[in-house]
Amino acid sequence: MSQTGRSERELTVEVWRGGAEGRFERYRVPARENQSVLDLVTWVQRHLEPALAYRFACRVGMCGSCAMTVNGRPRWTCRTHVGQVAKGGRLKIAPLGNLPVIRDLVTDMTPFFEKWQRARGRFSPTRTREDEPAAVDPGSKARRAADAGIECINCAVCTAACDVVRWNPDYLGPAALNRAWTLINDARDGARAARLAAVSGAAGCHNCHSHQGCAEHCPMGLNPTAAIAGLKRASLIALLKGELS
Amino acid sequence: MTAWLSLLQRLSALVLAPLVLVHLGLMVYAIGDGLTAAEILGRTRGSLFWALFYGLFVIAAAVHGPIGLRTVLAEMTAWRGRSLDRALLAFGLVLLALGARAVLAVVLPGAAP
Repeated sequence: MSQTGRSERELTVEVWRGGAEGRFERYRVPARENQSVLDLVTWVQRHLEPALAYRFACRVGMCGSCAMTVNGRPRWTCRTHVGQVAKGGRLKIAPLGNLPVIRDLVTDMTPFFEKWQRARGRFSPTRTREDEPAAVDPGSKARRAADAGIECINCAVCTAACDVVRWNPDYLGPAALNRAWTLINDARDGARAARLAAVSGAAGCHNCHSHQGCAEHCPMGLNPTAAIAGLKRASLIALLKGELS
Repeated sequence: MTAWLSLLQRLSALVLAPLVLVHLGLMVYAIGDGLTAAEILGRTRGSLFWALFYGLFVIAAAVHGPIGLRTVLAEMTAWRGRSLDRALLAFGLVLLALGARAVLAVVLPGAAP
């Protein structure tokens, strides 16, 4: 393809402006050989729209801050190469779905992290600093199950991709439930019963339809659907044993 | 309650799956073979096997249907909570009553055709 024409070296980028009510604004941005979607948004803010609000921190796929909806799909923008997603030199960038929009590309993550709390996503230690460190067999079944989900970066891409969250905003969602599953498989944790009760309620793991949108979109390649299936199994076993309060 | 409903939904599905297959095969056989209503009733009346087969079918369907419908309504409409639960409990009881009536009509000896 010829690279001489000026128009061929530009991308047309539509960016959401405003809150829940708003509109897409169109910008023309220079196309570069190597640029991420986050680079594009940064270019728009620095050269065309200083008031554009967006969120990022590490730029290397560790912090989970920069997720947005890119051409209809939730993605981590710092690790999404423009060449992968720009169809015909066009990009449409919106805030992440299934979360309240604060302004432009920034969503309110409060409901997302509140769900982590509701799912008891915090570690409940059974030892103190006075005790010997716990010996955890890295090859054990439980540890391997925990390791499979432990690399979540809290980007909320899975939550944006989840049909059940869209239908029922109270649903705890893939990230919080995945976190709960890693803790249930953590030999050092002491809140298994309380956590199983927390994830077995009306908004909990039994709502999952196993559509696997979370697993399909997770930038870290995790499989929250499998974690939720594990929670369902553990929840029903606890129910039959009379351990589910 | 959610965990119980989930368990009942799965157990009733396990029961229904083979029963539905046999039922469908039976329908194809009965219609394809041109059995009359009297011939069918002649085989079902007084039969403990068909009473248990369709009795179990009705119970499993009356459990499975309302639980699934409850989820669909809660996800697709704004209707949730106790009023939804009560409405679907009533729906399940109606299914159970209508189904039981149909089963009794074909298995009780001497019932009106």
